[in-house]
Amino acid sequence: MSTDTPDASADDAPSRAELAARVDELEDSLAEATSDDDGKKMSIISTKGTLDMAYPPLILASTAAAFGYEVTVFHTFWGLDILHEERSKNLKLSSVGNPNMPVPNVVAALPGMDRVTTKMMEKKIDDNDTATIEELLETSLDMGVEFQACQMTINLMDYDEDDFYDGVTTGVGAATALQDMADADIQLLV
Amino acid sequence: MSAEFDITETLDVKGASCPMPVVKAKSAIDDLAAGEVLEVLATDPGSMSDIDGWASGTEGIELVDQEEGDDVYTHYVRKTE
Repeated sequence: MSTDTPDASADDAPSRAELAARVDELEDSLAEATSDDDGKKMSIISTKGTLDMAYPPLILASTAAAFGYEVTVFHTFWGLDILHEERSKNLKLSSVGNPNMPVPNVVAALPGMDRVTTKMMEKKIDDNDTATIEELLETSLDMGVEFQACQMTINLMDYDEDDFYDGVTTGVGAATALQDMADADIQLLV
Repeated sequence: MSAEFDITETLDVKGASCPMPVVKAKSAIDDLAAGEVLEVLATDPGSMSDIDGWASGTEGIELVDQEEGDDVYTHYVRKTE
């Protein structure tokens, strides 16, 4: 690249004024393009419906909203239960298959054990002043987080679109989620 | 340091744990005007790192100061725009 400023020798060379106008035009379109993309986005896919696994997507969604992110959480399979108005208040903790639980698996598999471990966890949540799932969900909705309920799994689980919290988007599928992920700065599968 | 700025609003999130201090601070700061300072009182030790991270990762706000008391962590966040 030459640092000279050659004379406009060719006849069709644009004039200084034309170039200045073109630069202005480009600057305008650049500003428009960058401002359109100004907002950061996060896309979360939520697939689990146990009490412990319901927390991470909601905590991250509400926190990202506090950072000014535009957040979409796509709920599928058991993740739908988090958005289900009734079932979300009754999420269970599995005592089987979790070696960190204080009971051995052979005991954990006894009938009613999930209820016991869930109660233990709920008490801890309460004692610790940790937000409840319902609280986090309502807060996130207030902050403008978009919660989507996968239509295919709504049908599969025999849920009704009215079963979900007000403000939850239904009638969406994998392509919607994929588009959100493609546009997002952060993508997470939980 | 606290003499260098006026506190416009105080948010008490004592007892609340992650993510509520940040989430409630966000709602509270939304109600302030540019230049005003929000004081956040928290008991969650994680709020020291979290409010700092939130303030540096979020446009339009800045962390002015943080104080670590015996039981209470105090944060001062200014709305910049």
